[in-house]
This record gives sequence, structure tokens and C-alpha cells, in this order.
Amino acid sequence: MKISIASGKGGTGKTTLATNLAYLLSQKSPVILADLDVEEPNSGFFIKGKEIHEKKVFRMIPEWDKEKCVLCGNCQRVCKFNAVIKLWEEVLVFNQLCHSCYACSELCPQNALPMKTYEVGKITEFEQNNLHFIEGKLNVGEEQAVPLIKETIDFTNHNYSSDILRIFDAPPGTSCPVIEATKSADYIILITEPTPFGLHDLKLAVEVMRELKKDFGVIINRYGIGNDDVVQYCEDERIPLLGKIPNMKKAAEAYSKGELLSEAIPEIRSAILDIIKNLQDREVLL
Amino acid sequence: MKIAFTTKGTEWDSPMDPRFGRTDYFLIYNEENDELTSIDNTDVAEIAHGAGPRTVQKLFEQKPDVLITGNGPGGNAAMALKQGNIKIFTGAGTMTAKEAYEAYKNNSLEKI
Repeated sequence: MKISIASGKGGTGKTTLATNLAYLLSQKSPVILADLDVEEPNSGFFIKGKEIHEKKVFRMIPEWDKEKCVLCGNCQRVCKFNAVIKLWEEVLVFNQLCHSCYACSELCPQNALPMKTYEVGKITEFEQNNLHFIEGKLNVGEEQAVPLIKETIDFTNHNYSSDILRIFDAPPGTSCPVIEATKSADYIILITEPTPFGLHDLKLAVEVMRELKKDFGVIINRYGIGNDDVVQYCEDERIPLLGKIPNMKKAAEAYSKGELLSEAIPEIRSAILDIIKNLQDREVLL
Repeated sequence: MKIAFTTKGTEWDSPMDPRFGRTDYFLIYNEENDELTSIDNTDVAEIAHGAGPRTVQKLFEQKPDVLITGNGPGGNAAMALKQGNIKIFTGAGTMTAKEAYEAYKNNSLEKI
């Protein structure tokens, strides 16, 4: 089973839910928690495991060979991302725009754009009893999250049995990184807050999940602030409301110290246990 | 001197476009023969990524000596612009092209 936790709006509690869910579930059976918010992974603030493995992640990008190039311009014609352009007597490659599709390289009649490896980030594996925590982290300055998200998911697939529950902490938003972090999941939890912003971005996230034909449910975090529009929206749209996590100042304080809320605050622990129960009733969890 | 302006229209009175990569038009003024021409860049709206380098390429076809714009080019565009021997002036984002030209003549724009 693969469960991906996404949100639309940032800062609604993806990491809080992912870490606490993984932590509580790991007390009974093994769980893999993968932090796929590779631009700003922060599950690691709450899961203090022993580091057991670190792996650099590379991407392939073309490198211009001035000696071989005859400046025919074919490379820039075939690049759909404007990542390779010919300016006067030079061919420039923009690493951040390149999608590693190989078109310029393969179609260069002079073989003047050989593909070279380029480091984009790393994957680190931690272990805390039954909890296996895998973190993908993009290098500073890198713009493309998708290849590293894919590698991080592949890493869990190659290193762990498919019987083990996987929880993915997805990035915010509704663009390519979120698609990558949710498309292979069996179930998606969308976590939101009961505010107009929360609802607005929840609607966008719901549209994406429907487009991907995913089974999903909603959790409201910081319940008690804002209004009831999210509850009403879920009812109207027949989206299962999986639980509510109460708004508590104590929670923000514990979070800011890197404490797991299910350990620090009994009310939050009980809210998350209710969510687990609900997921079991729906047969999302065993 | 051939001077390029990032603009929202094709006239001297057109407002400047503060953006470089996603500018709607380039207005090109040739000081030698007092000729004013324009380049349509509006098709850049269809490009999701890499507008900067693409726009640089379009600009370089005109072989300008000077570029006058608003906010200044982004990272990719700046890297591409280095390939051309072109002087770049910013800070004209809220002017008309005519005002931007006068500001350039009075040395009141920022050179990068």
C-alpha cells in the first residue's frame, strides 16, 4: 500500500500528518516514510533515525563540444524546452531548463552534444526501529524536483519489499512535482485548513486527483479556526472527511521544537489514532 | 547606435514592458538613420519554460548595441545575454519608450 499525503496549499500539515502517521503505525509493523518534498524536505526534523545510507542522484544533460560542432542549429530546433540555444558561434546549454530528453544529443549529426552526468541532489536512508525514513533532497539552486522525486520512489521500490506500507510526504501545489509524488500511490490524503485559502487550494488539488482517477480523502488540520466551508464542500462533493486535527497553540510550540505531536500532545495523538481507525474502516490500512 | 527597448506596444509612446524574457515587443531605434522598427515577441506567452533564452535569441538577430528594459533579465536570460556585446540598462519599467530613451540619454538609467 502506498499512501501519498498532499495538500494544494502549503503549510497545512502534510509533514505533521506524514511523520505522526508513520511513527504511530510503525509501533505495530514496519513502515516506510519517504519525504518527497525534495525542495524543502522537513520530515527529518521530527524523525530522528540512524543514518544507514546516502546516495548521490544524477541527471543527464548535454555538454557542448565546440571542436565537433558545425553550428547547424539542429539542437535548438529539436529542444522543446529552450534549454539549448545557438547564439552566434556558441551553443549554450541551460541545465535548469533541460529535461534530459536526449533529443539534441541523439539528433546531433556531429555528435557534438554528448550527455554527461550532473549531480542534482541526494537520497538519505534512516532507520528508527520499524520506521524506515527515506529523504530526497535537491541541491541548492536546482529547479527540477521531478527527477529526484522519481529516484526517491524508485529507491524505496528497489530496497524494500512491496508488502511494506509506504507513506509519501508530497510537495505542496498542484504541478509536476505533486503529480510525480502521487501518481504511483494507491490512496491520497489531502490535508487542508478550514480557511478560504485552504478551501481554494483544496479544490485545485481535488481536481488534480480526479484527473488522475485517484481514490482520496480529506483531513482538516487546525480545526477550530476559519469556518465550516471545507466541511460543507466535502459533503457537497461526496469526498470522505477522514478526520480533524484540532488547532492548538501548544501544537505550534511543539512543532517549532521538532517534537512529534503525537508524542507531545495527547489530543493530537488521539486525533491521528482516529484517522488511522477511519483509514482501517475504509480498508486503506490493514 | 542601435537601441532595443522592451515594450508593450510598437510606438514611441508605448509603455515599456518591465519584463525582459516575457516582453510583448521590442522597439528597435537606429540612431544613425532615425529609424524605428518593432519585433513582435507575444508568441512567448505560449512557452512554459525558457522564455529568457528564446527572447535573447530573437533580440540578437537585430544586433543591437544597447538594451533598455525594466526589472532586468532573469538568470537564464542574463547568461545568454553575456554572449552578445550589448550594454544593458534597467529601471525604465514605468516609462514610455520615448521617456526611456531620454532617460538613457541623460544617464539616469542603471547600467548592469
